[in-house]
Amino acid sequence: MDTSMSDAIEAHGLEKSYRGGVKALRGVSFSVRKGTIFSLLGPNGAGKSTTLRILTTLSSPDAGEARVAGLDVVRQQAQVRLAIGYVSQKSAVDLAATGYENLALQGQLYGMRKADIQTRADELLDRFGLSGVHRRITQTYSGGMLRKLDVAMGLMHRPDVLFLDEPTTGLDPESRQAMWREIRRLGREEGLTVLLTTHYLDEADFLAERIAIVDQGRVAVEGTPDDLKRELKGDTVRVELVRPVSADTLRMVATELPALRELRCDGKTLRARVDSGERALPALLARLDACGATVAAATVARPSLDDVYLHHTGRVYLSQEEASPKCVRS
Amino acid sequence: MRAIVADSLHLVTRRLRPTLRQPVYLGFTLGTPVIWLFLFGQLFKGITALPGFPSGSYLSFLVPGIVIMTAMLNSGWAGTSYVMDMERGVLDRLLVTPTRRVAIVAGDLGNQAVMTVVQSLIIIGLGLLAGARFPGGALATLALLAAAVLIAAAFAALSIAVALLVRKQESIIAIFNFLGLPLSFLSSTLLPTEFMPHWIQDISRWNPISWGVTVGRQMLATHVDWSIAVSHLAYLLILAVVLVALCSLAFRSYQRLA
Ligand SMILES: Nc1ncnc2c1ncn2[C@@H]1O[C@H](COP(=O)(O)OP(=O)(O)OP(=O)(O)O)[C@@H](O)[C@H]1O
Ligand SMILES: [Mg+2]
Repeated sequence: MDTSMSDAIEAHGLEKSYRGGVKALRGVSFSVRKGTIFSLLGPNGAGKSTTLRILTTLSSPDAGEARVAGLDVVRQQAQVRLAIGYVSQKSAVDLAATGYENLALQGQLYGMRKADIQTRADELLDRFGLSGVHRRITQTYSGGMLRKLDVAMGLMHRPDVLFLDEPTTGLDPESRQAMWREIRRLGREEGLTVLLTTHYLDEADFLAERIAIVDQGRVAVEGTPDDLKRELKGDTVRVELVRPVSADTLRMVATELPALRELRCDGKTLRARVDSGERALPALLARLDACGATVAAATVARPSLDDVYLHHTGRVYLSQEEASPKCVRS
Repeated sequence: MRAIVADSLHLVTRRLRPTLRQPVYLGFTLGTPVIWLFLFGQLFKGITALPGFPSGSYLSFLVPGIVIMTAMLNSGWAGTSYVMDMERGVLDRLLVTPTRRVAIVAGDLGNQAVMTVVQSLIIIGLGLLAGARFPGGALATLALLAAAVLIAAAFAALSIAVALLVRKQESIIAIFNFLGLPLSFLSSTLLPTEFMPHWIQDISRWNPISWGVTVGRQMLATHVDWSIAVSHLAYLLILAVVLVALCSLAFRSYQRLA
């Protein structure tokens, strides 16, 4: 089979600058196979939303090209729009209308028939647990309810390709799990192609068949979660300290133990990659002890997606909010 | 084409729905014009005694003016709900659907048209209750409604274009506060043109508000001069078309900067 025929999304060298000189994309390329879930993962300002806005015809690239469902996103905008569903990073619900009215308008604008709108809306309301509130003005919805309605609206016209910009940001753990189940079902059972952006590593790991880590307007690396982890050979050692250590101490440890690669500290957590955890850990612990640092816990593990992220963006992945560069050498 | 009409109607419904749910808000938009109607009605009552004033009461004279003024002042706010839609991402959501941009604008203009007709009928009704009389009859009244709708469409389109270009509530509010009163007072809304100083007469002639009022004043005539009514409706139509075209240019610029 011709590979390009089985790609639902293809992006080649997308570039985009905003007014004021911000270069948001510096050549983004990736492709997504039909019927799979693909995740763009990256820190704030990496260019994830910009990429999605170009692929959904909301914005146009300065250079490069992209096809969605086999259609050019610049030259065949009208056809692209029929084939895609889009859920933006910000909730985009009409707050003066009820949940049902929001869904119905969406169906109407895609030219769906009245009876079909009714069935489809009921189905989606049920699926996202909104059946009890569909007659309420959405002004009274919680953030989580609005997010679910957002996703339901993106699915109303049964698109072939669905774009989700941070679909679970702001959801409580339980709603997040429920949203994950729905997204997975869309991809695995209903054959939809899903491109989602996220800040959550566990989310990408759980949902996506393939991941691209985006950093500063470029794809830093792309592959299946397992491939990406495998690529980082050896182990990750992680040491929890009782108190943070000084940068000087850290520099000293780094010079004396060259087996430690990508040694970083983030608050009280020290981590490094090594060829063999069993051999490196005792030396590291002894060294820290000699510096007067008290160790609370130490672990050796296979690299996680966390480590992949760290390796490629040079950033410690903190919570969903702040991803900031930290300490020492690589 | 059928899709454009159907989409416009769905989008008109979306805009009208909040008003239908809370009709009281329509009352608020009418507060100021009704006060003006009766305040000016009292204030300038004596003016009818002056030589050269067209026959009839000042209240009758004032009603078409207040109808046109209200249409202009209220439709000027159309852009503010656009800014809200932009900030909330609702406009982007509409733009990723297959809906044409012209249908999106038509939805808002349609909403303004319906609101304007209802407000105009209420003002005319209150005028009649207070003793205004319109020998021009039903057809002339329809002409006034048409003029009011065209004024509303023109100013709503202008307001939406400003919204798309500057994307700020404050700018729209500032521009229309700045335009509203001068446009009203430098027109034949309150006084017959002959009663104004020459320089105001010159401005007034080019003021779209005067064009609308001129159409409306035909209601006062026993023999309606249809050539005046139709020609001024045509000017208003041209103005509205030009401003809607401006609106679609503004849309293009909005998307280019996206
Ligand atoms: N409309 C705009 N005008 C100017 N600059 C913009 C605009 N939108 C985004 N940017 C800038 O472009 C860069 C990429 O932004 P983008 O929103 O694509 O990142 P992101 O990966 O989605 O980030 P986040 O995770 O915070 O949502 C950022 O530096 C951002 O400040
Ligand atoms: Mg984003």
